[in-house]
Amino acid sequence: MMQAADAPLLEATGISKRFGGLTALSEVSVTVKRGEIFGLIGPNGAGKTTLFNVLTGLYRPDGGEFVFGGVRMTGMKPHRVAECGIARTFQNIRLFANMTALENVMVGRHVRTRAGVIGAILRDGATRNEEAAIASRARELLEYVGIAGRAAELAHALPYGDQRRLEIARALATGPGLLALDEPAAGMNATETAELRRLLERVRGDGVTLLLIEHDVKLVMGLCDRVAVLDYGKKIAEGAPVEVKRDPAVIEAYLGGTVA
Amino acid sequence: MSLFFDRWQQLKRDPRVVWAAYIALAALLVALPFVTDWAFGRAWVRILAFALLYIMLALGLNIVVGYAGLLDLGYVAFFAVGAYFYALLASPQFGIHLPFWLLLPLGAAIACTFGVLLGAPTLRLRGDYLAIVTLGFGEIIRIFLVNLNAPINITNGPQGINLIDPIKLGGFSLAQTHPALGLSFPAVYNYYYLFLALTLAVIFFSIRLEDSRIGRAWVAIREDEVAAAAMGINTRNVKLLAFAMGASFGGVSGGLFAGFQGFVSPESFTIIESIMILCMVVLGGMGHIPGVVLGTVLLVVLPEALRYLGPLQQALFGRVLADPADLRLLVFGLALILVMLLRPSGLWPSTVRRRELSADEDVARQEQATVYDASR
Repeated sequence: MMQAADAPLLEATGISKRFGGLTALSEVSVTVKRGEIFGLIGPNGAGKTTLFNVLTGLYRPDGGEFVFGGVRMTGMKPHRVAECGIARTFQNIRLFANMTALENVMVGRHVRTRAGVIGAILRDGATRNEEAAIASRARELLEYVGIAGRAAELAHALPYGDQRRLEIARALATGPGLLALDEPAAGMNATETAELRRLLERVRGDGVTLLLIEHDVKLVMGLCDRVAVLDYGKKIAEGAPVEVKRDPAVIEAYLGGTVA
Repeated sequence: MSLFFDRWQQLKRDPRVVWAAYIALAALLVALPFVTDWAFGRAWVRILAFALLYIMLALGLNIVVGYAGLLDLGYVAFFAVGAYFYALLASPQFGIHLPFWLLLPLGAAIACTFGVLLGAPTLRLRGDYLAIVTLGFGEIIRIFLVNLNAPINITNGPQGINLIDPIKLGGFSLAQTHPALGLSFPAVYNYYYLFLALTLAVIFFSIRLEDSRIGRAWVAIREDEVAAAAMGINTRNVKLLAFAMGASFGGVSGGLFAGFQGFVSPESFTIIESIMILCMVVLGGMGHIPGVVLGTVLLVVLPEALRYLGPLQQALFGRVLADPADLRLLVFGLALILVMLLRPSGLWPSTVRRRELSADEDVARQEQATVYDASR
């Protein structure tokens, strides 16, 4: 396990992305090791979410490459990226609002299951087994993130914190090697954040590598093994949280020079 | 009231009650043509058969619009494809007379192919733009049917195709009166029973598809296409599948229509037909099978029933004050507006949709949104 932990799982090299005249990302390179929790921080508009969108196939990069688990993934469609083992959550929660919590997670199993139209209509043994497996895995995951009691409720009717958890459960349902979380603690109070932290540590303990964008400095510093700091689309620092925190460029750009 | 409600809930769970209800419904559906004929006349049995055709169409469109959330305003094109396919291969037009059992699945397959062909270019479009393009495709098919009479006469142009073979199952012609069990079964009755069987099959397919991996993927795309893609759903293929399934239901319905009428012309496949079918889906409750069936029956039966407004006026006032044809559209429009105002999620929405539109939850959701915004 120790050797494996050092191998890079995700390597992004020189990723650039422009929107018209605006350069959202310029030559950003990050390496995420297997089994670590990697934080991506930076002021608003620094390009963190853009990098996420490039990594998960929502945007095509204008330059650069990224390799995940030895596979070159640049320019892959989002569903292929998910198939290869990268799952994500969204900054402004994007659940399937009018589906139940359980169904939301069941959709996450889509990519690991096969049944088609014929199977759906005939409902043969294999399809029935697959459906049962999907449902039981989805229940397990709801239990795992701590919202099993809400399985039958519609996603949009869930309290905010539970929606965040549900999004994580849905992402985990795709059986990812890397879970990318876009501001998972946004809008949470201190208790919820502490619970989230325990959940994320448990996810990591179960062998999933985490990449997270987060504004909550305390959470990032406490949880992440390494962080990269983006500012105006450029990476200005990378390293252990303690080092990065002391980096003058980071203090200048992100912390505004006021935080000790 | 609540006692009654509890009692009702209890009854609904009792399997004996459920079976009794199914048997009663089956008996009703079997007896319906006889009762209708006796009470309202044979014309109404024909209207019932048409209602069944439209249920198949509406359930097909329901897959595209209700499940996958793709607003298709040219759906009647697939009805047309199915109808003309049957008409061309079972009429004196080319002198080809293929049997029904072959034409039905082939018609479904051809319509399915058209569904994919017309769906493919629209994959990147959403909402209004998708609606406009599908509307255009619907018209293109109709205009083709009008103009494909020269230089080679294929569709016989605006005159349409006549003398289409009636549907025959083996040696059993549906177009003749058959005596059985001491009763006589005229042509309309036979068609009614065939359509009923196929409608039940379409309902069965819809139910099975709705509650499946594919059905969930359709709904996921309707709810949030980006999130669906990020969860590993191949949105292109899954949307095409929705178009294909919807179109094949339309194709089956079209083939039956051609055999039943014995005549098809491009006039039957105008844009207003597409809109009617969409109304049937929306009126009853998008994405909810019983709702769609209810909406369709109402929209087929209501305009026919409103024809009686003429004789009614004659009886009441001694003369016809307003032309029933105009009045029909007026009442029809009014009914639609009322439904949209009073029951925006349809007459019989799924429980999910009902909850979605209940006031309490709206308030709760707004409060949540405020909390969320304030924290950011």
